[in-house]
Amino acid sequence: MDSGLLRFITCGSVDDGKSTLIGRLLYESKRLFDDQIAAVAADSRRWGTQGEELDLALLVDGLAAEREQGITIDVAYRYFATEQRSFIVADTPGHEQYTRNMVTGASTADAAVLLVDARHGVMTQTRRHAWLVALLGVRHVVLAVNKMDAVGYDRARFEQIVADFAAFAAQAGLTDVAAIPLSALKGDNVITPSAEMAWYHGPTLLVWLETVPVDEAHLSHAPLRFPVQWVNRPGPDFRGFAGTLVSGTLHAGEQIRVLPSGRTSRVARLVTHDGDLAQAVAGQAVTLTLEDEIDISRGDLICPAERPAACADQFEVTLIWMAEQPLLPGRPYLLKIGGVTTGVSVTGIKHQIDVNTQARVACRELALNAIAVCTIALDREVAFDPYAENRDTGGFILIDRISHHTVGAGLIHFALRRAHNIHRQHLDVDKAARGALKGQRPCVLWFTGLSGAGKSTIANAVEQQLHALGHHTYLLDGDNVRHGLNRDLGFTEADRVENIRRVAEVAALMADAGLIVLTAFISPFRAERDMARRLLPEGDFIEIFVDAPLATAEARDPKGLYAKARRGELQHFTGIDSPYEPPLDPELRLDTTALSPDEAASQVVEHLRPHLGTC
Amino acid sequence: MTRLTHLQRLEAESIHIMREVAAEADRPVMLYSIGKDSAVMLHLAVKAFYPARPPFPLLHIDTGWKFREMYRFRDATAQQLGMDLIVHTNQEGVEQGINPFTHGSAIHTDVMKTQALKQALDRYRFDVAFGGARRDEEKSRAKERIFSFRTAQHRWDPKNQRPELWRLFNTRKQPGESIRVFPLSNWTELDIWQYIAQEAIPIVPLYYADERPVVERDGQLIMVDDPERMPFAPGEQTQLRRVRFRTLGCWPLTAAVESSAETLEAIIDEMRVSRTSERQGRLIDHDSAASMEKKKQEGYF
Repeated sequence: MDSGLLRFITCGSVDDGKSTLIGRLLYESKRLFDDQIAAVAADSRRWGTQGEELDLALLVDGLAAEREQGITIDVAYRYFATEQRSFIVADTPGHEQYTRNMVTGASTADAAVLLVDARHGVMTQTRRHAWLVALLGVRHVVLAVNKMDAVGYDRARFEQIVADFAAFAAQAGLTDVAAIPLSALKGDNVITPSAEMAWYHGPTLLVWLETVPVDEAHLSHAPLRFPVQWVNRPGPDFRGFAGTLVSGTLHAGEQIRVLPSGRTSRVARLVTHDGDLAQAVAGQAVTLTLEDEIDISRGDLICPAERPAACADQFEVTLIWMAEQPLLPGRPYLLKIGGVTTGVSVTGIKHQIDVNTQARVACRELALNAIAVCTIALDREVAFDPYAENRDTGGFILIDRISHHTVGAGLIHFALRRAHNIHRQHLDVDKAARGALKGQRPCVLWFTGLSGAGKSTIANAVEQQLHALGHHTYLLDGDNVRHGLNRDLGFTEADRVENIRRVAEVAALMADAGLIVLTAFISPFRAERDMARRLLPEGDFIEIFVDAPLATAEARDPKGLYAKARRGELQHFTGIDSPYEPPLDPELRLDTTALSPDEAASQVVEHLRPHLGTC
Repeated sequence: MTRLTHLQRLEAESIHIMREVAAEADRPVMLYSIGKDSAVMLHLAVKAFYPARPPFPLLHIDTGWKFREMYRFRDATAQQLGMDLIVHTNQEGVEQGINPFTHGSAIHTDVMKTQALKQALDRYRFDVAFGGARRDEEKSRAKERIFSFRTAQHRWDPKNQRPELWRLFNTRKQPGESIRVFPLSNWTELDIWQYIAQEAIPIVPLYYADERPVVERDGQLIMVDDPERMPFAPGEQTQLRRVRFRTLGCWPLTAAVESSAETLEAIIDEMRVSRTSERQGRLIDHDSAASMEKKKQEGYF
């Protein structure tokens, strides 16, 4: 009797009658109680659009903020059950600006209901919905041709719409597509067959939902993937690995391989509170123990010894950007996949995809709701499968390092082999050895501050003093970098991020070569300065905040740039129309309203003393 | 091929959520309200971490007005599971004599539940708190994420929620921020009862029908749990009726329903034909249509 749980997503706009359809499913499957109906009746009189009749759409418009504005702002989840099955409905608004919500709802859906208004037929948004649903790997799709009552239940009209859609669906890669003519408003073919459309012999929408296969069956045939979520150690005698089987099956005695370490062992027990299991299947949350004591921690992936996942640290992926702040290539973010959270940056945007036409568009940054094919580089190797094969081992989220918000979602296509072929050469002459020869501990002095704060002047003075003391230095500034290495970069936010990323990498290489490196760049964003810091060992990155109030810097205006920016002749000028994020905890802060450049330089050299002794 | 039942699928999801918190939170706690949803949540926690004990304490926000049977059940449960139980009451509220009869449900709930919860979370510096709320309970819950962030002032911002994809939950937070985590988000009331029956989970006896002393007030049956503290209106008579509770809260604010369901099977049958939602018995929800949304924004669980 229990054919499990089906999760499905409904896609369409308010105008397609989506809320009315969900309201109808809830209403007719008797999931609504008298007091809820009474509340809708009261709301219908106040907000409704159906005259004296119940406005079923109001059942699903949750927040007061939404009712007042007559819009739906987020993903909402609804629940109903029949004798056959339980259902979780992800209800997402259909407009283009809600791509983020649709992607979220589709990520966990087994099936999708695409709504079309019979009067309008297949529209741009229908194609967008179908494409997104296919992208997220939803396997079963039904085209619900709604408002058939408004076209006189015309069979030819329905067949025309189905034919229009079929061509596109095949192209989008959807293989299991059904189509049902219905009227959510009147109830035709939603729960019960329509008396008005005797020409239609297929299932009603509810029957389709009750019989469409759920994903687990498919996942149970895929190879075992068990991401270790939590190590269970109640005492010295028990060491178990807790997690959810995201695919495949697992038996006691099975030979497994742990990634990324590659160590192998056998499953000793499948432990649950209800007693040990002989076998676990996809979707189950279990705790397993192994025959051998091998080092396993959260984030590792347990696979069959013979069919392990691959490991890599660079990928081609599809990214869906979900934040107001644009995605900038080179900027460091966090990536979470399974139980692993690691640093990541987008190394390139191959092309953006127009969600309406699926055309490829060139771009340099991604705005909210943009979707693009990108290359990414992680700080460590992770085990993975292509998203098309496994949603859980191929899907990831991106997290902003500072706001901690979820800013993007990604689908892995494949690993880039580059990393595998460039094995890092082990070198016997290392940084410490090179520094020792020069009688110094190499480091990076990172000067940051507004234009005109005095960064270059002070850095210059510091270099002179160090040179006089017999140290080996190099000063990187706009003049020697912008004209050569970075001459392809402008001053947009994206280019500034890339500019600083290159400077940071060069500075780290020069420090590795044994030098004391000075950099003098505005470097306005914390995220990039933090990225530069992470390239160096603790203590070798010295952030120096050259602090001058904007008014002071603007009054100095040594290059006349502020004046130009104020006249609007210079775009993206820090402090004027582009932000400066001051360091929160710099190693050194130089107050240039109180110190002369030479005094400031002496403070820096004093701070540097521990680096200047012979090693 | 074995196929998971819908209860197995819901169970696995809840366990996954709890383990994710255990792996990533600094100081998690489980809000324990003694009701049927808490009973299920606690049972799931025991399963999630078995053979270890759940790696967090239980926290009960005590308004001082729970049914006496609830207090007995609470203490027996914590002792039997060997879990730490923290009971917190808003002492300022007690000193001001806040009670549901004199001050009404809105003020009583705000001072003794919402404010008390904030006090307890701040005092013990819990960064993640599990709650047993379900999305099918109420319309504003349907739009709340499983991992729901609160500002340092415990406020909820419905327009600024994090997308939740696949099984991935972003648990990173700013200093001072905390997270309310709802592992039962996707369960319905019927699922809860079916699961209690399947797993034989102990629940407070008040959920089963019995002869109980009640008064009829504004069409609702209020149980006289403590005659000493119950102010009677002129002409109000205590009468013995065969009643049970679909939801449990403060006794003056929780209405009973007439019922003869003395077993779980009878309760489930009654549920299937029921024409009212469980929150119908919650007096605090009737204040206004958007009342829950507003309470949540102010920090109500």
